[in-house]
Amino acid sequence: MSQIFYRQAVRDALREEMRRDERVFLLGLDIGRFGGTYKATQGLWEEFGDERVRDTPLSEAAIAGAAVGAALTGMRPVAEIMYMDFITIALDQIANQAAKLRYMSGGQARIPVVFRTQEGAGRSSAAQHAQSLEAWVAHIPGLKVALPATPYDVKGLLKTAIRDDAPVVFIEHKLLYGVKGEVPDEEYLIPFGHARVCRQGTDLTIVALSRMVWKALEAAEVLAAEGIQVEVIDPRTVVPLDLATILASVRKTGRLLITHEAYTGFGVGAEIASQVVEQAWQTLRKPPRRVCGRNVPIPFAPVMENYVIPQVSDLVEAAKELMR
Amino acid sequence: MSVTPQSSPAALAALPRNLLERLYRTMVRIRLFEQKALELFLAGELPGFLHSCLGQEAVAAGVCAALREDDYITSTHRGHGHVLAKGLAMDRMMAELYGKTTGYCKGKGGSMHIADFSCGVLGANGIVAAGLPIATGAALSAQMRRSGQVVAAFFGDGATSQGAFHEAVNLAAVWKLPVVYVCENNHYAVSTPLERQMRIASVSERAAAYGIPGITVDGNDVVAVYQAAGDLIERARRGEGPALLECRTYRWLGHYVGDPATYRPPEELAWWKSRDPLLIFERRLLQEADFSEQELALVRREASDELEAAVDFARRSPAPRPEDALEDVWP
Ligand SMILES: Cc1ncc(C[n+]2csc(CCOP(=O)(O)OP(=O)(O)O)c2C)c(N)n1
Ligand SMILES: [Mg+2]
Repeated sequence: MSQIFYRQAVRDALREEMRRDERVFLLGLDIGRFGGTYKATQGLWEEFGDERVRDTPLSEAAIAGAAVGAALTGMRPVAEIMYMDFITIALDQIANQAAKLRYMSGGQARIPVVFRTQEGAGRSSAAQHAQSLEAWVAHIPGLKVALPATPYDVKGLLKTAIRDDAPVVFIEHKLLYGVKGEVPDEEYLIPFGHARVCRQGTDLTIVALSRMVWKALEAAEVLAAEGIQVEVIDPRTVVPLDLATILASVRKTGRLLITHEAYTGFGVGAEIASQVVEQAWQTLRKPPRRVCGRNVPIPFAPVMENYVIPQVSDLVEAAKELMR
Repeated sequence: MSVTPQSSPAALAALPRNLLERLYRTMVRIRLFEQKALELFLAGELPGFLHSCLGQEAVAAGVCAALREDDYITSTHRGHGHVLAKGLAMDRMMAELYGKTTGYCKGKGGSMHIADFSCGVLGANGIVAAGLPIATGAALSAQMRRSGQVVAAFFGDGATSQGAFHEAVNLAAVWKLPVVYVCENNHYAVSTPLERQMRIASVSERAAAYGIPGITVDGNDVVAVYQAAGDLIERARRGEGPALLECRTYRWLGHYVGDPATYRPPEELAWWKSRDPLLIFERRLLQEADFSEQELALVRREASDELEAAVDFARRSPAPRPEDALEDVWP
């Protein structure tokens, strides 16, 4: 076991897969010499050179599309979209091409492409550099979507993503790159569709995505001091979604709180709540509750930004209401 | 653009006989297939909508004849000609137009999405210009695998106003990728004529912005298309980078079958019809090469037999079960 940063776990996963399989290569903005905006690819250009760590012009549609074309013809590209907000420009290639080429061709195509990106607020990046847009891609059949919250998960899930023959949108969180965690020294993979029970509890289930996992764990500590035992579940991938683990927890606790930074409206939380209600409404003692991003663009000033993104205190308060 | 084809009689006569026959056969196959598809569509046998490439046959035939079998193409909503020219069979194409399980895409793609990866057809596309970034990526893959393959990306004049066009061509130029961008300039994007799409006289001028060769040819002269495409494809194969080839042509029908195309002056259509790429080539094969009328008639008969069998195959093929819709999403 070693203690490493989340950003190092990203890089280690990329490095291991690039060493293992020469078809794996990277393309994106400033990922080479510069090492990526969040330094997640630092050191890879030095090892693999211009050919396999490819800096591109500022062309998100071409980055994504070139990755799709390369994936269709025998390569296993990892394309980086610097901020998830910029995925708009690449979305045709991701949502209309990568997601559908297999289906439209009657199952002929294999599209082993990973679109790596990062999302999340908390750095006063304002409305175009801080959104959490996983719902956009999770909505499209044909795309897998991962949102790792820990160094351990980011490494194991990214390696799985690269080996998957389906397109994967791999969403890191910009405020997690500096988080440290234990990662085994030996190789491991984490299968998609397996949630992690981050903390066990009997009173209330919190399903949390990405950075909210950490806030949920903090809230659980606070609540434990008040005698409320919270179970925290991180789905880790929202497509495929490990509903079974969530249902098992809800059947035990009877209370469900869902939290993500993404806008509340039409978000992944709504989907999870709906699936739980459809399958286990009899076991619910209270209606499911969402504590998610407010339905406004992300503001710049820290006081406003903190207000629109769920905080530990919001989770604590909502949990107490559910317990009443 | 003049009424006479661009290439000289000597240029035609210098081409190998089997190549000339192949060009002719391809154009005939496309012409007959499109005429039949039109007829079947109007008879209500084909679901969806249909973008006909009647009148544009020489572009697909000329470019694809200059490609190797293992080269790739990307195509468009008006793509039947491209994929036939790349070597797809009429029967599985027709079955796809009928939405049958025996179609290239098992009835999941239809006219706008015909693909056969084993033939290097990376897919027609319903999104204008979306094939260009994909072609660019296939060229990147060919370059990285050192496979010697080249990619031809087909698209229309309208596609050159898309961001994806500019991003893709620029990226290929920067990385010197083995791809030839083939613009079928049929002078309209739906109802919008060229002069309301761009301020330049020809699409090939756009190449200068990316530092790559840009060439305009008579797209109704299959010999001129073949030669220009061949030069650019071999140049790309030698590692000298991408190019933009503009083929000037015209679609005989409206944007889709059913579009009365009232936005076009009738004289314009008449002029282009007088330059029917297939008739021009047929005449030249008789006059400038030593083909006989019987030989050409045989080619036409063989194509028409293939077509008849294809329609029969498509009609007799099983329809998918509704729940087949649930398959082929995930690998
Ligand atoms: C991105 C996108 N915008 C609009 C359309 C609708 N559309 C389909 S074909 C077409 C015109 C394309 O013109 P051009 O590229 O010249 O090809 P042509 O139809 O002339 O062969 C339009 C606007 C589309 N399919 N995709
Ligand atoms: Mg056009």
